[in-house]
Order: sequence, then structure tokens, then C-alpha cells
Amino acid sequence: MIAILLQILSGLTHAMILFLIASGLSLIFGVTRTINFAHGSFYMLAAYLTLSLGSALPLGWLGVYAAMVVASAIVALLGGLVEVCFLRRVYRSPELYQLLLTFALVLVIGDAVKFFWGSEHRIGLRPPGLEGSVPLLGQLVPTYDLAVLTVGPAVALGLWCLLHRTRWGILLRAAASDREMVAALGVSQAPLFTGAFVVGSWLAGLAGALQVPRQPLTNVMDAAIIVEAFVVVVIGGMGNVFGAFLGAVLLGVLQSLGILWLPREFHLVLVFLLMAAVLILRPWGLLGRPAPPPAEAGGMEPTPGPFTPPRWAMAVGGLALLVAPLLIPTFAVWVLVEILAFALFAGSLQLLVGTGGMISFGHAAYFGLGAYGAALLLKHGGVAMPAAFLGGPVLAGLAALAFGYFCVRLRGIPFAMLTLACAQIAYAVVHQWYDVTGGDNGLLGIWPAPFLAPAARYYYLALTAGAGGLLLLQRITGSPFGLTLRAARDQALRCEAIGVDVRSHHLLAFLVAGAFAGLGGSVFAFLKGSVFPEYLSVSMSVESLVTILLGGIHRLAGAPVGALLFKVLDTVVTLHTEYWQAVLGLVLLLAVLAFPKGVMGFLGPRRRVRGGGRG
Amino acid sequence: MRAMFFVGSVLASLAFTPPAWGQGVPIRIGEINSYSGIAAGFTQPYRQAVEMAVDEANGAGGLLGRKVEVLFRDDKGSPAEAIKHAQELVASEKVNLLAGTYLSNVGLAVSDFAKMHKVLFVAAEPLSEAITWSQGHRYTFRVRPNTHSQGRMLAERAARLPHRRWATIGPNYEYGRRAWETFWARLRELKPDVQLVGEHWPTLAKLEPGGYVTALLNQRPEALYVSLFGSDWLAFAREAGNRGLFRQTFTVGILLGEPEYLDPLKLEAPEGMLVTGYPWYSIPAPHRAFVDKFTKRTGRHPVAGALVGYVTFQSIFQAIRAAQSTDTEQLVTALESLTVETPIGPIVFRPFDHQSTMGAWVGTTKRDPARGVAIMVDWEYVPGERVLPAESEVRRLREAAK
Repeated sequence: MIAILLQILSGLTHAMILFLIASGLSLIFGVTRTINFAHGSFYMLAAYLTLSLGSALPLGWLGVYAAMVVASAIVALLGGLVEVCFLRRVYRSPELYQLLLTFALVLVIGDAVKFFWGSEHRIGLRPPGLEGSVPLLGQLVPTYDLAVLTVGPAVALGLWCLLHRTRWGILLRAAASDREMVAALGVSQAPLFTGAFVVGSWLAGLAGALQVPRQPLTNVMDAAIIVEAFVVVVIGGMGNVFGAFLGAVLLGVLQSLGILWLPREFHLVLVFLLMAAVLILRPWGLLGRPAPPPAEAGGMEPTPGPFTPPRWAMAVGGLALLVAPLLIPTFAVWVLVEILAFALFAGSLQLLVGTGGMISFGHAAYFGLGAYGAALLLKHGGVAMPAAFLGGPVLAGLAALAFGYFCVRLRGIPFAMLTLACAQIAYAVVHQWYDVTGGDNGLLGIWPAPFLAPAARYYYLALTAGAGGLLLLQRITGSPFGLTLRAARDQALRCEAIGVDVRSHHLLAFLVAGAFAGLGGSVFAFLKGSVFPEYLSVSMSVESLVTILLGGIHRLAGAPVGALLFKVLDTVVTLHTEYWQAVLGLVLLLAVLAFPKGVMGFLGPRRRVRGGGRG
Repeated sequence: MRAMFFVGSVLASLAFTPPAWGQGVPIRIGEINSYSGIAAGFTQPYRQAVEMAVDEANGAGGLLGRKVEVLFRDDKGSPAEAIKHAQELVASEKVNLLAGTYLSNVGLAVSDFAKMHKVLFVAAEPLSEAITWSQGHRYTFRVRPNTHSQGRMLAERAARLPHRRWATIGPNYEYGRRAWETFWARLRELKPDVQLVGEHWPTLAKLEPGGYVTALLNQRPEALYVSLFGSDWLAFAREAGNRGLFRQTFTVGILLGEPEYLDPLKLEAPEGMLVTGYPWYSIPAPHRAFVDKFTKRTGRHPVAGALVGYVTFQSIFQAIRAAQSTDTEQLVTALESLTVETPIGPIVFRPFDHQSTMGAWVGTTKRDPARGVAIMVDWEYVPGERVLPAESEVRRLREAAK
């Protein structure tokens, strides 16, 4: 019993840090509807600032604590600055463009930290006066943990007062529950949004600063915390700060108790199983309220229909693709194959996100399972390579059907987070099932059959799969099925009212998108010669989203264009600088500001084809 | 959209066309490593040592009368990215061989590429046993002692201890699993009455140490085997120190005596921990000269990664000299029969599995207030020959993997 109490106590300390970072995320999302990937970067930045200031400030034992205050204040200001300079410019773009922008910030801040502090791990400062431990229930508990355990609830109380007892806080809450109404009542939104960012970033900064005595500092601490913070927000209820508290406590304690009882295989996936369970039972989170029905298209600008490039462009492009391997060096051929794989991966996501309005954060699951499907058939199934190549999309499609069954019951952010949970569950299975998948060592020797092995030949296979797949997707987008998906995206209620079964349309879209992503995965597997759990990772899912956002979310052509731009940029930049993240991030930042609807969105709207057109 | 493709391919061909070479073609070595991502904290000293080895070789007139060039590529911690670099290095840059890698999965991916394309690959740091055993082949060689060797060295020392109740904590992936399994199997062979009272497998690079240390304290092991590393180890060490776990339990740590893991902890490092590591400060000549050169060049002392980088490139250079050629097949043959002179004495790459006989140092930790860090004392250098399995065992592992 005492063992369990102690376990809960140690889980609570982590829960307080999680609460701080998640409440900021939740606040920012609630008010501005921005999914702020850069939140983890602010957390990391504050930790490094605390480390440097703590040893630099000439304040004796107070130095460390003063550094925490100053560092979180700096990060709060930076958050405000980011809102004013960048995010404010994209609120009118399709909502996901904020996501692309914050992703660019993640890259830039990550490299800035590497540049100023180096990439070696640093152990945090000791907290003067709180270094020791106190005996509690027969064990020693670090004094500093107890301090964190008091700061957490104190901040929660302070936030409650701010949100419920000040006019500004009441406006914030009003904006969180109905932005348009607050605007209609004549409240200026700009200061509210900036304020939410300042407070939200301060909370991230405080979490980072408080971690310094507890956790070592690394260049990847942003990525390590951000997904967990999202999970807390979703479990507690998007936009609900107290939900974040509940979610954090639940997660922290469960993780800590899991150490006692859970078998090894479940540790990777515990948080995501919890999130999936909450989402299935209460899609709006434990303390969240059901989202208001999505704004119907009354005031929305009509989204463009399918777009067919001019015939001459198709002809020239097609010819170029056909003769490319004869003209360009071998390595460029390999890069083109990778672009084709990603174009297919992104194109399938475009069907979901662009045409269907179903934002998936876990699309890499199907790309990765496609790769594994092909690899497993080749390695364990004794199937010839061409057949294994086609087997990939089958496994991916089956997985999409199974996961999709649960996901399509939800819409909006809960849908996105459930797809993320499903992807993480798939990732954990692949990562832990050593006997079949080879675990994290992956499966090796997944090379094309000898007659397809030369770069040019494999390129033609990839071209057939990639271009053929994209044309099919184009066809599907323009088919009655695709048009119904679009209708359901813009007018879900009216669609239901005229008898369209929206859910089965969504499920079918999920299945189709999964299978095409799997085909992309097959192309990728034989290009790389091996498959690894990384292919199903969050960062792959994010990369696919970035690709279609860069290319333009509402046009299928955005997928290949985005894949081309992203991959060429990434490849060239990585070859020339150690700071590829910063360069890539800056380019993405400029791209979002210059083309707030993606490159193809910029090229496209005036050339709209009437009546939906045929692919 | 196709037009964009066309423009893209033109751009791509411009960007990737290698410059034309004149006479005296340099020897080019493609080096792929994790210069960003999860392992970035360990690869800088490695790279500095490689650069030192290359400058030395070029200062002495190059190899076979040719200049040596190393092309560094960042795999970002991703095997897929590493394969892209391998394709670029081999197809565009026409490198003579590939070297490097830190993470096991990246090493395995590059090794499989080397097998497919018949390119020589000298793996530097990845510790996975699969690289030279179950997935081993003609074209891959590996320098560092793997998890099997290091686990076995520790087990042989640990078997002399009186402790019977053991627990372990390690990262939940292949490295952690194998580091423990080989140690535990050998320990049970030598001391059959040991028992396991707790095992913990936190997710790599995400350790939240409080709960694990609490659980370990409640399980009351007499001895604890730790295969955590990087930030996980630092987090765990501080928490275990705060909560008194190190005082209650004898600790064994694989790799944890390396300065990479001891130095960041300063004087917080646990004392009396049985470790494998790299006591650069007390290894006698000719190693002294290496330390002096490295310190003079970089302004800091070498770490284990630096030694491995230097030995890796020494091996490559000596193989090129012995083969008098950069032809892959001749280099493989040369490496198989070569005795490489290194700062820590001669090593060989065993011809049947291509695992080098570089060993490791086993000792215990002691805080050294004068330096402000913990160091290894009472150490012994265990050469690879003493712990590596025989040829028949390697054959069995390779057969089983087929």
C-alpha cells in the first residue's frame, strides 16, 4: 500500500510539469484555435535560458530561482512576438496553416538552441536550499519535488482567478467557447489572441524552467514532451485549463503505477491507449464540452473544386518524367523515386484532409504498414518481390479499415487525435513484436528483384505506382464519391439530411487513403532496402501534413508539388549545412507568409473548373 | 503539376552533378553519422578525431600518393536518411568506401546497403550484435566491442560479488534488451543462485525517473544493472542519488564509465559503480600521444567516441596501405588479414565475422574532486579475444537468421 502511495507521489511531480505545459497549450488552442507545435520549443528554450542565466546572474543562491522567473518571462514575450509577427497573418488561411507555421518555428528554435548551447547533454542546476531529500513513508523524497508539487496547484489556482475573476479572463473564456460571438459583441480580438499566447507561452516556459533541476537538457527535449502534452490536453478537454490539470494527474499517476504492473510491451503505448479510450467514450475530453456544430458554409468562401492542369503541361511533364532517368545522374533518380513515394503518401492524405476535411495526425501508420506489409511478405511469406510490392497496400488498407472504424465516429480535433493514437499503437506493435517485425532493428534485405534493381528500372516501377496512383486519386476526387466527400466536408448536416451516409463515406475514404499511402510505403521500402518503426512515427505523419500544406491543401496537385519542393529542399540543404533545420524552417516560414494557401492554392483559384470536372 | 516536376528534375540534376576531377583523384570516404537528432550529443568528438586522423594522413603525404577526403553526412538519426546519403555518396560522389554510424538501426541499414551494392562499410560505433553476427556479411566490418562483449566482461567481474538479488533498468529497445540478456545469461552461468527481482524498460530518451527509482527502492535489489545512456542516464543518476538508491544498491553500468556519461554528472556520479568505460587519463603509452594530440587540437580531452573515430580511420588507412589499392574486394581481403596498430595496441578484424578485437576497460568509479568529475579506478583492459564467441557460434547465429 505504501509502495503504491509512493508511486503515486512520484507520478504527481511529473504530472505538475505536464499540467503547466498542457494548460498553456490548451489556452492557446482554446482561444486562437492554433495547434501550437512550437509549444515544446518554448519549453526547451526556457530550460536552456534558465541554465545559462542561473550560473550568470550574480545573485547567490537566489540566482537559480531568479533565472527561472526571467527565463519564463523571456519566453512569454517571445510567444507574444511570434503571435504578432507570424500567426496573426495566417488566421484567415485554412486552419492547418498555423500548424505549418509553428512547425517551421520548431525547426528554427531547435537549431538556435543547438547553435547557442551545443548538442551535448547538460545536467541541470541544483536548486539551492532544496537540494536534499526528506524522509516520507519510509523513503527519501527529493525536497525539490515537493516544491514542484506546490507550484503546480498554485499556478492552477492563479489561472482560475485570472480566468474567472478578471474581465480579461472572462473575455478569454468567452472567446474560447464562441469566438465569433465575442467578435460580434465588439470585443477586439487581437489583444485577446496575443494575450493568450503570452500566458500560454509563459506556462510552457515555467514548465521548462522548473524542469532544470529535475531533467537533463537536450536538443530533443521539445519533441519528447510535446506529444504527451497534446495527449493531456485532449484527455482533459481541448481549451479547458482544468481539464488539463485532471488529464495531467491521470496520465502522470497511471504512468507511474504502470511501472509496477505493466509488461514492457505496453509502456510505449500506455498514454495513447488512455487517449484512445477517452476519445471513444468522451470525444470532447473529460471536462470538455461538445464542440459547437462546425460553422456552416454561410460565410465561408467556397473551396475550389478539382483542378486539372492544362493538357500541354501534362504532356510536357509526363514526357519529362518518362525521359528523366536517361538525363539525370543516378542519385537524382533515387531522389525522384523518394519524391514519388512521398507524393503518393501525401496525395492520399490530401484525399482525407483536403477533399474529406478529415485531418489525420497519424497517416504515417498506413505508409509504414504498407512498407512492413511488403517487407513481411518478402521475408516471411516467401512471396516474389513484385507480388510483395502489391501486398503492402493491402495490409495498409486492412489496417485503415480497422482503425478507421473507430476514427470516423469522430470529427475535427478528436478525429485527428484518435488517428494519432492509432498510429502510435501501430508503431508500438511494430516496435515491440521482435519475432515478426524485427523490432527497432527493422527488417533488412528488402531490395527490388534483380530485374528491377537498377535505378532507372526501379524508377519506372515507382513512376507507374506514383503517377498511376495520383491519377487514380484524381479520378476518385472527381467521382460522385469524391464530390459527396466534399459536400459532407462543407455541409455535413445537410448531407445527412438528404440521406447520405456520411460515416460510411468517411470510412471508405479512410480505407482508400490508407491503401494509397501503403502503396507509397511499398515504393519507399524497396527504395531503402529496409523497413523500420520510424516509418510509422509521428514525425513522418507531420512530414506528410507539411507536404500537403506546402503544396496546397485543397488540390491533389498540391501533394506532388509539396513533395517535390520539400524533398529537393531538404536534400540540397542537408548536403550543404549542418543547420539544415534552421534553413528549412526559415524557408517554410517564408512560404507560409508568401503563400498562405500553399503553392498550388496560390496558382490555382482563378483557374477553377466549373461543375467539379472530371479527373 | 508535371511542369513543376520537370523544373524540379532540371534543378535536381544541376544540384547533384558532381564537379569534374582533374588528375591525382583523391581517396574519398563517405562518413554517415547522427550529427543531429537523438545521438547528436555524442558525435562531435568522434568527428574531430576523424578529422585529426585524416589531417595526419594527408600531412604524411596522403595514401598511395593520393589525398584523403572524408565527406561527412548527417543521417538525422534516421535509417532512411542514411540510405539516401549512401546512395548519394556512392552514385554521385563515387566514394571508395563508407564508414561511421552511431545508432544500431542506422548501422544495420547502411550495412545492408553495403551488402546489396558490394561497397565496403566500416561501422564505427553501433553496438548491435546483429551487425557482425546474424546480419553479418563480406562487406561490413565493425570496430567497437558490441553489447555481447561488454555485457560478458561485466558479468565476469559481477560474478565475484556476493550479491544475489538483482534488478535492471534499460531503454526499451534492442540495445537495452541485449545489453541485459548477455550480462544476465553469463552471470547465471557463473553464479547460478542469482535471482531477478525487478526489470524496468522505460521508453528511450523519455525517462521520467521518479517512478522508476521509487519502484526499485521498493523491490530492494542488492545489485542493479543499468543500461540507460544519454539523457536517460543523467536523469536517472540524479534522481537515484537524491533518493538514496545508489547507497542502498550496488550498481553495474554498461558503458557508464565512459567520459561521455561520467563528465556531465560532475561529482554527482555514483561512487563504486562497476562499469565498462574509457579511462583516457590513465591508459599508458602509446595512448598518451593520442590524448596529447587530441587535446592540443581540440582544447578538450578525448572521449570514447573520439577514440573509436580515430581507430576506425586508422584501420581504414592501414588497410588501404596494405592493399595498395582502393578496390573494394582487395580492401576486404586486406582488412581480414591485417593487424591494425592503434593507440591502444594492435587489433585485428576477425576474418570470419569482421568484428574487431578492440576491447574495453572494466573498472569502478571514484569521484575525483581535483578534476571535478568521477573517474575509473582499479580498471583492467579486457581485449575482445577474451569475450568474443568462437567461429562455430557465429556460424550458428548466421544460419539461424536465414
